[in-house]
Amino acid sequence: MTAVVDKPTEQARSATPEFEAANERQKRRRGFLLALPAYAYLVLFFFIPLGIVVAYSFATRTRNGSTSLSGWNLEAYRKLGEPIVSDILVRSLLLAVITTVICLIVAYPFSYFLATRSPAVRNLMLVFVMIPFWSNFLVRNYAWRVLLGNDGPASQLTQAVGMGETNILFTQTAVVLGLVYGFLPFMILPMYAAIERMDWSLIEASRDLGASGFQTFRNVALPLSMPGVIAGSILVFIPSLGAYVTPEILGGGKTTLLGSYIVVQFLTARNWPVGASVSTVLMLVMLLAALAYFRAGGRTL
Amino acid sequence: MSTTRQLRGGTRWALSLNAFLVYLFFYAPIALLVFYSFSDDPLVGRWGGFTLGWYRDFGENQEVQNALSVSVKVAIISTLVSVVLGTMAALALERYRFRGNRFFDALLYLPVIVPDVTMAVMMLLFFTEGLSLVNTVFGTNLAKGLATVSLSHIAFSISFVSIVVRARLNGMNEKLEEAAQDLYASRWQAFRHVTLPQIMPGVVGGGLLALTLSLDDVVITQFVSGPGATTLPVYVFGLIRRGVSPLINAVSVVMLAASILLVVLSLVAQRARGESAA
Amino acid sequence: MKFKRLLRMLALLAAFTVVAAACGGSDSASGGGDGSGADCEAGETDGDLAIFNWSEYMDPDLKTAFTDEFGVNVTEDNYDSNEAMQPIISAGGSGYDFIVPSDYMVSILIDEGDIQALNKDAIPNIGNLLPEFASGLPFDPDATYTAPYQWGTTGLGVDLSVTGEDVPRSWGLVFDGDLAAEYNLEGSYATLLNDPRETMGAALKYLGYSLNTTSDAELDEAKKLIIDAKDRLTAYESDQYDELLVTGESVVAHGYSGNFIVQFGEAENADDYTYFVPDEGGTRWVDNMAIPADAPHPCTAHTFINFLLDAERGAQLTNWNFYASPNEAAGEFIDPEVLEDPIVYPTDTSKLEFISDTGDFEINFSDAFIEAKG
Repeated sequence: MTAVVDKPTEQARSATPEFEAANERQKRRRGFLLALPAYAYLVLFFFIPLGIVVAYSFATRTRNGSTSLSGWNLEAYRKLGEPIVSDILVRSLLLAVITTVICLIVAYPFSYFLATRSPAVRNLMLVFVMIPFWSNFLVRNYAWRVLLGNDGPASQLTQAVGMGETNILFTQTAVVLGLVYGFLPFMILPMYAAIERMDWSLIEASRDLGASGFQTFRNVALPLSMPGVIAGSILVFIPSLGAYVTPEILGGGKTTLLGSYIVVQFLTARNWPVGASVSTVLMLVMLLAALAYFRAGGRTL
Repeated sequence: MSTTRQLRGGTRWALSLNAFLVYLFFYAPIALLVFYSFSDDPLVGRWGGFTLGWYRDFGENQEVQNALSVSVKVAIISTLVSVVLGTMAALALERYRFRGNRFFDALLYLPVIVPDVTMAVMMLLFFTEGLSLVNTVFGTNLAKGLATVSLSHIAFSISFVSIVVRARLNGMNEKLEEAAQDLYASRWQAFRHVTLPQIMPGVVGGGLLALTLSLDDVVITQFVSGPGATTLPVYVFGLIRRGVSPLINAVSVVMLAASILLVVLSLVAQRARGESAA
Repeated sequence: MKFKRLLRMLALLAAFTVVAAACGGSDSASGGGDGSGADCEAGETDGDLAIFNWSEYMDPDLKTAFTDEFGVNVTEDNYDSNEAMQPIISAGGSGYDFIVPSDYMVSILIDEGDIQALNKDAIPNIGNLLPEFASGLPFDPDATYTAPYQWGTTGLGVDLSVTGEDVPRSWGLVFDGDLAAEYNLEGSYATLLNDPRETMGAALKYLGYSLNTTSDAELDEAKKLIIDAKDRLTAYESDQYDELLVTGESVVAHGYSGNFIVQFGEAENADDYTYFVPDEGGTRWVDNMAIPADAPHPCTAHTFINFLLDAERGAQLTNWNFYASPNEAAGEFIDPEVLEDPIVYPTDTSKLEFISDTGDFEINFSDAFIEAKG
């Protein structure tokens, strides 16, 4: 597409119905071509492999723990009806919701603050949010273990201020703390990207018209930054639903969460059909939720 | 863009405090990690006197250096590719309506949703069978390694990038771009000088996310890598059974220092360019 | 429309790949070891060696020595569990020449045809093995496919400064609250391995059953035992149980022998800690050297196995990682204090059992363990 070819159609935007239709068609094709590389890539390197896993969910575990690809059946899905699975699901959902809500509460004011800095400072502050996460994931989790452990710095701090010993290591609190730590940047990045591009004159106008800080936030800033809030919530909620390393390291693996359940099926029990069926159902539910959301008039994102 | 972004009294104070606490939270484990990288005791959490021994070990340990270099290569490749593909997909989905739009939209979430062990297993099966198919058909001798690891990382990063970029694009003003085109800027010029600067924070954010995901992934990488293509996280994961020694802290500190240095250098370069342009 | 044609093509490609994957999957199950062994001679090499091993399990000096002697490069990658290694090897095309699976995993790999029979002619040092190992263990009855690497036990590490010196050698320290209370064990003080076979196995042993049971009733009893112990547990931990013990996070830790020895050796007050396999019995495990069925360089791998079975090199391994050697000839080169250490070489092995693959019952083990944890 060169400028020469494009120009007439662009200028003819309001000329005649035929031109409008042609323009519309061209725009549609352009959109398709723009999306094509990503989707071609994902089809080859994601959806085809995904098809294999979905197929495995209808297969059978052999005595040896390998997967026999004959005599397709629904056995692996039947297992999902066991009460232990719904317990695990409820527990994991609760944990993911708590993590997401805490991330929202912490990240919103943070991103807002970031967006009010000068451009140079903004970028620097953003990069310094990410830098800790370029160290090693496991090392960070084990560092938290030391921080939260018996006589660790956290406990010494609370003792110093007279709150007595705190030992939250290997509790659900430690798991939430670890998840919030790990996923907070996933909330901050899209939220900041959305808040930063907000039309700030609207905020200004709202305050000038006598709205309180909270009213301005509630009625102007929040609606404007909603895409960031939603994107961030998705990026935090979904991975925390499937998290398993942090719960094992900081929670001591004392309860089974969805992520560990899937790992156990694939690796410990070597029961690939069940691992595959849990994953398939999880993905299907999320996919349907997304489609329902769009259909209900939710903005794409 | 030049509207004043002033915070008023109490809000300003509360937001600053929140930001300070967030950074404290982010850097608390990092401080601990740095501290124990100088401890002369193999157990992180038990101070054994000051030493630079772990850094010396890092200088001598070929395996760790190799793993680090594989990690960095994969991270750079996968970040660059996924940023380009992810941004294009974001633009397409946000700016254009085309057949299957909604469906594509929903599909793009799948790589975010899929549990990573599941993805590890499916990529293992896919690459094993795919490569043997390619090798039979074309008589090649391809094997799993750095390339398959990069391909897998790109596959999960594209979606993350595009979600972040879309959060930026959503509802953004298209008029500027159209105006530029009305002024006879080519499509590419309009994108390069108008759209791109506007979505840059989203692109940078997505890129940072992709980089982090690549540097942190263990399970998928472990399943799709081959001999000698071990990344740093996989190497560390193998170590946990015998204890993650402060050697890994030292490696992390070197990585942190290197990334901070890079950031500073790029800022200096930016400033220099800005001055010469002015 | 172009778009539709493209979609159709992609769908076709997808179907093709799935079919190929399916066929490939069943292929690899039937291929593999035919019992004859690779056509290699002693000391022959056919390219560089790619090792897939547990981490910190191979003295790096041994790899250098092998390179110096045979002029081939050695690369090593690590795994942290048998279950993480097996799918990679079973899928085929892994590129590895040498792996170190544990006992029960060996029988699975043999059944699946994933490892090849060893050519004993290329491994003359196999004669150095103790008779017990040379004649083959239950998972590889005629020692056709594997040669033992090292062995050890699973038991309890205890902080004696809390319990006192005369602590009973019993799983009851974890599973019997009254007994534990007599030894100053209160609150949450114990870690158990986050592994269904090891932890259910410990409970089964305490109850006097085999840890390879396939009885639902026995498994159920073991499950109840673990549920009852819930409040006494600090964590389920498979990796850093030894660290948690010496840093005082736990007082009793379930884990593998060699790790405890290394950790205790580095502690200031090493005498405060002990490790034992409880008198009720426990797990004994053997890690074994094996060659994947599709190893690119089987002859180099044979030569490497022979190299490691040499008396002095076998001793070098044990002196380095404190796991017991199956190598009889190595005995005279092993440090006497290691050789006489009852933690490394338990005096009575009669109550010890190998974990064996229980086939379909593995699912019951893993389900019971998930239910026990809640």
